[in-house]
This record gives sequence, C-alpha cells and structure tokens, in this order.
Amino acid sequence: MRKILLFLSIIIVGFIFIIRLFYLQVYQSQEHNLFEDNAIRKVYDYPKRGFVYDRNGELLVANQPSYDVMFIPREVKSLDTLEFCSLLNINKDQFIEIYNKAYRYSPWLPSVFIPHLSKEDYAVLQEKMRKFEGFYIQKRSLRLYQTNIGANVLGDLGEVNNAIIEKVPYYKMGDLIGKQGVEASYEDILRGVKGIKFIQKDRFNRDIGPYKNGIYDTLPQPGNDITITIDAKLQEYGELLMRNKRGGIIAIEPSTGEILAMISAPSYNPNLLVGRNRSKNYSKMHYDTISKPLYDRGLLAQYPPGSPFKVLNALVGLQEKVVTTNDRFSCRMGYYLGSRRLTGCHSHSSPLSMNDGIAQSCNSYFANVYRRIIDKYNDPAEGMNVWSNHVKSFGLGNYLGYDLKIGSKGRIPDGAFYDKWYGKGRWVSTYNISNAIGQGEVEATPIQLANMVAAIGNRGYFYTPHIIKHIEGESIDKNYTTAKHTTIDKENFEPVVHGMFDVYNKGTAAALRVPEIEICGKTGTAENFIKINGVKTQLTDHSIFVAFAPKDNPKIAIAVFVENGYWGSRFAGKIASLMIEKYIKGYITRTDLEDWILTHSLEDEYEKPYSGHAFGINKETTLQVIPLDESLRSKKEPDLKQ
Amino acid sequence: MVRETHRYFKFDWITIILFLLLVGFGWLNILSASHTGETIDYLNFNEPYGKQLMFVFLTFGLIIIILSIDAKFYERFSSIIYIISMLSLVGLFIFGKNVNGATSWYDFGGMTLQPSEFAKAATALAVAKYISDLNTDINKFRDQIQCFVLILIPAILVLLQNDAGSTIVYAAFFFVLYREGLPKIYLTIAAIVIILSLLSLKFGAIITSITAGIIIFINHFFTKKRPQLIQPILILIGCIVLSAGVKFFYQSVLQPHQQDRISLWLRLEKDPVKLEKMKKTFAYNLNESEKAIGSGGVTGKGFLEGTRTTGKFVPEQHTDYIFSTVGEEWGFVGSAGVVIIFVLLLIRILHLAELQKSQFSRMYGYAVAAIIFMHFMINIGMVMGLIPTIGIPLPLFSYGGSGLWGFTILLFIFIKLDSNRINQW
Repeated sequence: MRKILLFLSIIIVGFIFIIRLFYLQVYQSQEHNLFEDNAIRKVYDYPKRGFVYDRNGELLVANQPSYDVMFIPREVKSLDTLEFCSLLNINKDQFIEIYNKAYRYSPWLPSVFIPHLSKEDYAVLQEKMRKFEGFYIQKRSLRLYQTNIGANVLGDLGEVNNAIIEKVPYYKMGDLIGKQGVEASYEDILRGVKGIKFIQKDRFNRDIGPYKNGIYDTLPQPGNDITITIDAKLQEYGELLMRNKRGGIIAIEPSTGEILAMISAPSYNPNLLVGRNRSKNYSKMHYDTISKPLYDRGLLAQYPPGSPFKVLNALVGLQEKVVTTNDRFSCRMGYYLGSRRLTGCHSHSSPLSMNDGIAQSCNSYFANVYRRIIDKYNDPAEGMNVWSNHVKSFGLGNYLGYDLKIGSKGRIPDGAFYDKWYGKGRWVSTYNISNAIGQGEVEATPIQLANMVAAIGNRGYFYTPHIIKHIEGESIDKNYTTAKHTTIDKENFEPVVHGMFDVYNKGTAAALRVPEIEICGKTGTAENFIKINGVKTQLTDHSIFVAFAPKDNPKIAIAVFVENGYWGSRFAGKIASLMIEKYIKGYITRTDLEDWILTHSLEDEYEKPYSGHAFGINKETTLQVIPLDESLRSKKEPDLKQ
Repeated sequence: MVRETHRYFKFDWITIILFLLLVGFGWLNILSASHTGETIDYLNFNEPYGKQLMFVFLTFGLIIIILSIDAKFYERFSSIIYIISMLSLVGLFIFGKNVNGATSWYDFGGMTLQPSEFAKAATALAVAKYISDLNTDINKFRDQIQCFVLILIPAILVLLQNDAGSTIVYAAFFFVLYREGLPKIYLTIAAIVIILSLLSLKFGAIITSITAGIIIFINHFFTKKRPQLIQPILILIGCIVLSAGVKFFYQSVLQPHQQDRISLWLRLEKDPVKLEKMKKTFAYNLNESEKAIGSGGVTGKGFLEGTRTTGKFVPEQHTDYIFSTVGEEWGFVGSAGVVIIFVLLLIRILHLAELQKSQFSRMYGYAVAAIIFMHFMINIGMVMGLIPTIGIPLPLFSYGGSGLWGFTILLFIFIKLDSNRINQW
C-alpha cells in the first residue's frame, strides 16, 4: 500500500484527464465550423440586388447606396463633439444616449451610430471622418423605387427575423429579405449570393488579418433582374381611379394568365418603406386597422361575388343539360317558393330567357337554374358536389397557385358542407338558394373572379395568373405556361358570352359602353355585414364588376370590387370600363366616366359605421362629391409621342 | 535494461527522451500561443517563443553541469543547498520584484529569476537527507515535526510572497513521507479533512456534521471490540469543529476572488445571471480555455492553425494555460498524448526510485515524482475545469526560464543519482 499510493494516484489522475478530454473534445465537440467560430469575423460583401422592370421594360425598382455611421464604443477617442454633432444634425444629449446604449450592448462590437445618411451629409462627413477615431462609414444598398405606385406588387425589404435565420442559414442578423410582393416571391433570384471574407480576430475583437490568407473567401454574385407582367401605366391609372375608395382591381391577360394590374386601395407610396423612416411608417400603416393599407384586397379579401357568379350557374346549367338557352322563367320581383319570397329582384320584363337573364341579372332566373342543377340528382348532396366541382374548375374555392406569397382560398361549398351544417339528408336546394346569385356561402377574392372571367373569355381554359414575365438567364415556372381546362364544354360558353355582351348592349351596364370596343361584362351588387361592438350590422352593398374585352380573343379580363359602392355599375362598372379602354386604346374617350369617378369619394361612407351615430345604407346614402383636380384627367386624344 | 559500458551513457535514457519530448513539444506550443505575425523570427528575444528557445539551449548546458558533478555532492551538501535556497526566498522580501501581485522574482537587469522554482529541488534534497539520516525515525513524533518544519519553511515563505499555488505543491511531500513510513493516521486524517471540507462547502456544516455523526455511530455499534463511547463522541466533535471551521475559513479568511473560484468549482452559485457574470470576469480564462480545448475535436485544427490560439482568446496561454493550445491545435490525440507522456515519465521515475539502493536516492526520486505529479494534476485539472483555478505552470511545458531550469535541476539530479546506482560496484 505504501509503495503504490503515489503510483495509483498518477494512474487515476491520468485516466480522469483522458476521460475529461474525451468529453470535451470528442463527445461534446462539434466539427470545426468557421461560421460558428467566434474567433473569426465574417465580413459580408453584399451583391447588387436584381432590378425589377414592368412588361414594357420600364424600370420600376433599382438600388441606391446608403451610408451608415458606425462606431466601436471602446475605440472612440476624445473628439470635438460639437462639430461631430452639428455634422450629423443631432444634439449632445442624443450623442451621449446613442453612445451609452451601444456601450451597454457591447463595447467591442460595431454599432450603428446614425443609419441611412443622405448623400449630401455623407459627402460633408466623409472629408472629416478621419478626425473621429472609432467611427467609420459603412456602405449599404437600399431599394430605390422609380415610381410611386404598385407598393403591394413590388413589395419591400426588411431585416430578417430569427425564425428565418434558423430555417435558412444563408441569412445572418441584419440581412435584408423581401417581405412582400415580388421582393418576397423572387427573393432567391433578386438577392444574388453575398460574398464573404473570414478575418482572424483576437480576444479584444480586433482584426488581426485575413484567416489563412483568404483561401475560404468568396466573391459576391449579383442578383438577376426580373421583368414582371404588370403594365405600370395601367397600374397607375387603376390606383388613380381607386383614390378615396376601398377595394381591389385585378386585370389579367386571358391568353397568358399574366397579371396586368393588381390594385389594392387604399394604397401607399412604396418609398415609405425604405430607409430611415421605414419602421415608423410601417407601424403607422400596420396599426391602421380600419382602412388597412397593408392588406392586399386584390389577393386577400374574400367578398361574396354577387351577380357575376350567376354566369357560372348558367354555364353549369347548360353543361348539366338542365336548361337550354331558350327556357324562360318568370319573375315577380323575386323568386317564390309557394307564397314565400326567397330572393328579391329588381323590375325588368318577364319571363326571361338565358340571354336576358344574364343581361338583366334576374335573380329569379338563376334561382330556377340553380334548383334544376341541384335537384337533377336524387340526393341534393350529390347535386351539390357536381355543381361544386364545375365551379371549382374555374379556380374558385382554393388557392389559385399564383407566384405571390399571400392569398385566400375563398369558399365554394359542397354536399358535405351542408350535411355538416344541417345534418345528412336534412336539407334541399332551397336552403342555399342564395348561392344561385353569388350570395350565401359563396365567397371569392378579386383575383379569383378575374381568373374566372379570363376562363370565360377563353371559352373554357385559363392559365394560372402570375406576376413574373421574364427572369434574366432563367425560364419561368412551366405551371404558368400550361393551360388549365374547366369542366364546361366550349360550345356552352357562346350563349353566356353573348349574354355578358348584352349586359353592355342593353343590360345593366348599357350606360358604360366604350366606343369601338366590344366588352362583355357582368355587374354585381353584394350585401355585406360587419360587426360593430358585437352587433351584426348591414352596410351599403359592395359594387362589383367583372368584364373581358374584346369579345373575341380577349386581351384583358378584369374584376373590380369597390367596398360599399352600392350597385355594380355605379362605381365598379365605370372603373372597369375605363381600365379596359386605357389598356386597349391607351387613351380615354369616356372622360365623363373618368370625371365622375375622380369627383366621387366614398370616404364618408366608410366613416359612417364608426361615427357612433345611426346611419342609413344603400338607398338612404348620398354620394360625397369632391372637387375635380384637372391635372389628374386623362387626355382625350392618343398621346402622339408614344 | 541494456547497460552501456561507457559510464557517460549509463543514464536512464527513457527518462531523458520523455523529458526531451515534453520540452520540445512544449516549445512548439509556446510558439503557437505567442507568435503574432506571418514570419517567425526564432532569435527574437522580445517574443516568448524566442526567449524560451534560448532557455531551452541554456538548459542543455545546465544538464551537462548537473551530470558532471559527483553524485555524492548532492547528498553531502543538501543542507547547505537548502539553506541557500531558503535565504534566496527570504531575500525576496527585500529585493523582490512584484509581477502580477506576487513578489516572487529577482530582477537582474531584464533577466528575472524565480527562486521558488529552485526551492522545490532544494527542499526535496533536504527532506531526503533528513529522513535517510540514521538518527531519524519517522515514526517518532519529534522527528515528524522536524520534518514538517523543513517542508513548511519554504511553503510559508512562498505563501507570504502571495504565491499560494506554489505552496500547495509542497503537499507533494506527503507522498514521500508516507512511502517512508509516516503513520497511517495522517493519511486517514488527510482524507477525512478533504472530504469533510468539500461536503461542508457544498452542503453546509450542519448537514455534513449530522451525516458524519450517523456514520461514526453506526460504525461504533457494529464494531465487535467496542471502544469506550467517549471516542466516537470526540471524533464527532472534531468533525463538527472542522465543518464549521471550513465554512468560517471560506467566508471570512479567503479573499473574494478565491471564494469565487471555489464557488464556481463546486457549482455553489445557482443564480444564472451571476453565473453569466462570473464567466465574463474571473472565470473568463477557464471558460475560454475549455472552449479552446473543446474546439480542437479529435485531431485538432493543426499546428499554428488554432483560431482561438491565434486570436489570443485565452489569456496567459503560453504560461499556465499552455495545455489549451495543445487541446485546440492537436486535438484529443495530441492532448491525451501529452497526458500519457506525463504519466509514463512519472511512473518511470517511481520505478527508478524503487530500484535505488540508498534511501536518500529513493526518497529524492519519490519527491521528484510527487512534485511533478502535483503540478501536472493541478495545472491540467485547472485548465480543463476539474479543480479550482490555481496558478502554477505545467512542468517542462509552460513558458518560463526559472520553471524550466527548476524542473530540469530537480529531474537531472535524480538521473545523476540513478546513474550512480548503476555505476556502483
């Protein structure tokens, strides 16, 4: 024992050390990763972000340099604070506050002193920068919007959050990423790949030099430019027409599915979300929960589609052979079951065939057609499923699959939906007769309706709407160049298209005709409700209009929603007609319509529910007239310079 | 064992090769830990690696001198060597230079010497000489006390110079005395004191005392030849006094930074905010050194490739924390290798010591092994966070001329003594 005490101690200690080493170096240790090694500073070299052009090659989004004054608190030496502060337009208290805040964060790490200097301030400051030890200027790149329109389409950049960093290791703290619109959809293409330099640091966080002479360093790869399908002039015109109104416009080229315009009102200037004031402006808009400028109504808002939905019922009726174009249905200011009026209607001649049913938007006519479709089968649930499948083949009731990150499914009920609601076999077609006229359980977004009209204009097929037209050095997704066919046969479209044509000739939109353009359209007026302090309250109807033009080989399909605009041709129809003329002709002849739209505002209408006073809707409303700003009016003749 | 015919080669070459491996590998790591630029100027005496290279060369001269002196000289003059060494420690109080709070250096115009590094060898000689004296009987209390005094003089002198780490090293002599017949009661008491101290610090004096009491009485009643009841009661009182004393010592005698080290080691601090603060302040070294070792992985990042070493993340890395460089650059393979080389060296010395015919040589060999072992255990244990921070160098490895020469003298006197055994008769 006496001989081996020291010997044993040596062996035991040696053994413990090797176990501890094994624990530290083998069991607990990870592969040496340069990115996680905090002895290595990673300096990123940000590439040029890709530009965004409109379909006519007009530059919409470019980049601008931005200069941040950075500093490392510990390295700041005594300086002429007065001069420094006057150069940056701050006072001494602010200087001390910023300095202390950064010092508390870390004395060794760089912090931003003043972000986003203007070019002028930068020029002045740069000359004198050497006098201020510990401060330096870091160049960054920000977006520069060449236009004031299309904020919802173009989107914006914001700093990545932790959730993204965890999911995609490419992004590091402080990197910018596309947050909305095409910036978000085509982030990978636009951003390029940043370059990286590895720099060896010492424990005071000072740079010593490039790590291993820079063998792991990479150069940045610039982002690719993209061309989007938006027509900037049409987009701008649409935003102009939607001033003082809320709602959305979607215009699609039926032959390709390209989105020509995508307007959400109220809109905002995309430049508000760039630079120093980004977060302030963003919060302001984010917390405007009444007009919701950040909410893209064209893509997200689910409205009851109203009368435009009737044309689908006509198509399904023809396809299911439950109705012919000549079948006439009478209307006694509404549709009656026995003595009970299920839906009302407006005054028009009676009875009506399909063509006039569409042109006059007769509720009774479509209630009859709808009942025949559902009641064709013994089980209403089965009839409902057949109807639902036809309707869904137009892209309704589910996400459309376009290349923007946001959307709503809309709602097209089927048999199971009502089985669940009422109980299996405990309902019949009259329970949901409102679906006949696009009310009830049916809901759709403006882009779904625009796509539906495009499919009608194409007589039976559509291309998934998309915003991308061309990517530098790449082709676009095949999904957007493959036609999707509806379940309705081609020959069934002609009578319906003709009915929509007659909407303009003699029907509900007769006053909106545009010379030389054959427009097929459909008005819509949709009841809607909101909750005010928990009480369900009806508001003035939404004004809805869908159209495509020309009648044959259409160039544009459009859906317009104006919230609380009352009947279809009152606001939405006028706006749709003007948009169509603007796109096809390039100038406006119906300046009377334009003047009317520009001089009428719905702001009063929107304020009413929140005023706290009792208010009337629909017939009881009066329109708010605003003075005409002459500079906004379109020229009557084509611009010869173009 | 192969026996060379020529007397100059009758040294134990295994020990010498292990010594050379440690010194050589140590210098490579000092180079890694202290070089600053792309170019390495080996003769740059402003950089630690340049200075150390010079120390290593001078060491060879020192070895030749030690091995040329007659083996009898060390035994005969051990008392004088001891007295001179003690005087050099006392002299520090008058002429000493203060570095990092410890007054342990003589300054000869830029060259500094640390006499405490040589005092260990001197004390080992003196203790070996005293015990091996025919008139000394280690079982006699009077001789035990005299022997303790020999050891305590240098231990207290270095403590007074604020070099607590070096004081602890003198505990190594316990192994020597025990080998030579120090009664077992000392080992028992030492073990009980260590265990009770740790338990009282970790769980408090009351719980420790109660636990000790239960164990003592269970032991008492299950012993067949039961002694009088007064005996376990006295033992228990001793335990209670010790437990309370340790707590008092920890709270009232230790300086705050020493308290913090122990608190961190025994995980006494539960507040995560304070713990985080500890990691940034006094535990910074330990934290960084553990990270550096851990980042080495199995095979390490390669010689001169350690990012934490190059970035000087571990303060004092070329001195007390040199082992973290090994860990980062040479990985588990290299650092376990260093541990194994140390273990082999220590076992080799012990083996040789047991072979000695004279008690003086055997005791001295034991002292050499025990002193190197204490340094090895405390230094590497500290760098890996196994024991509280105690600043002593890793023998033959850490930067420093005095340390290198002190250990060289310590070891080569023994090699000389050992060769004398081979050469006798």
